[in-house]
Amino acid sequence: MSITKEFSKGIIKENPVLRLLLGLCPVLGVTTTAMNGLGMGLASTFVLLCSNIVVSLLRSVIPKKVRIPCFIVVIATFVTIVDMSMNAFLPDLHANLGLFIPLIVVNCMILGRAEAFASKNSLPYSISDGIGMGVGFTVALVLLGGMREILGAGAIFDYSFTPEAFEPFAVFASPAGAFIGLGFLLAGMNLLSKKLKLD
Amino acid sequence: MGEYFAILFGAIFIYNFVLTRFLGICPFLGVTKRVETSVGMSAAVVFVMVMASIITWLIQIYILEEFGLQYLRTIAFILVIASLVQFVEMAIQKLSPALYEGLGVFLPLITTNCAVLGMAILNIQEQYNILQSIVHAIGAAIGFAIAMVVLAGIRERLELATLSRYYKGASVALIAAGILSVAFQGFAGMM
Repeated sequence: MSITKEFSKGIIKENPVLRLLLGLCPVLGVTTTAMNGLGMGLASTFVLLCSNIVVSLLRSVIPKKVRIPCFIVVIATFVTIVDMSMNAFLPDLHANLGLFIPLIVVNCMILGRAEAFASKNSLPYSISDGIGMGVGFTVALVLLGGMREILGAGAIFDYSFTPEAFEPFAVFASPAGAFIGLGFLLAGMNLLSKKLKLD
Repeated sequence: MGEYFAILFGAIFIYNFVLTRFLGICPFLGVTKRVETSVGMSAAVVFVMVMASIITWLIQIYILEEFGLQYLRTIAFILVIASLVQFVEMAIQKLSPALYEGLGVFLPLITTNCAVLGMAILNIQEQYNILQSIVHAIGAAIGFAIAMVVLAGIRERLELATLSRYYKGASVALIAAGILSVAFQGFAGMM
């Protein structure tokens, strides 16, 4: 077990969204544009990293029986911090992400890492796991957001590059496009992991 | 009366929690492999959602707003929902072992079901009164149940379909959910 390995596994081999299917609500809900995906990914990464640090430090103090409520309180604290600072410094992004900011609390990826990794491993490993998983989550969000933005609006990161004659696929901007887009991304990931022989 | 009907109908069809608002996707994909389990999960969600809508509303009005503690909303609500689920589980186990047999496994899963917390926060954001909150919770839970059972039915059929192996499982389920979501978009014209 090495620190770099804990970091890199979150990006492809155990990508939380594309391989483990964790935390799909924000993935589908906010990815109308690549920018929203990036904002949500970074916010979740921050919460995941901080909760991994605190849970790892407190792992010998927290009693086994009440560990889940303890983890939830830790996570909810950092979510409240993100919620309020984003509201103060990035109000536009905060308005776009809306309900999904407080809902980071129930993102099963974050609770899952606290339970499966941070509560059993020492601080350096938990930090590297948190960053790796967070980066993997962000990559998946930006991929899906970028794909929906290109197909649904003919732009990427608000930069429009398609010719006038391009008629965007309205369905990819709508909720249905999120499901269909993620479905194809998962199929692509299955193909990739077959080619890389990950299973 | 019309206003309550609009909230109920809106929550079931137009702003369907799963297919339009993207809340509760994890159980939506996790337990929709069979119709039976999806019915069990839906029943547990209806129960918890209605209870949670009442309790979180009372907490928001009589504790958080009373003492100016709105910034604690996320922490307070998730703790209340987690303990409520635990309490409901113990109560059902004691009062009705038969019901517990049916719902038992699904209850702990509901704590991390974002549909419950999402519904509680939406009630506050929309400034619903208590009766409207309850109606909204019932609508949200029915909408969740409909989406779950319909997708489970589709997935049971998909099991038998010939598919590229890369699309098997979650991938094709998501694409089916996308087509279902297109169908639900049609309801938006009714309001």
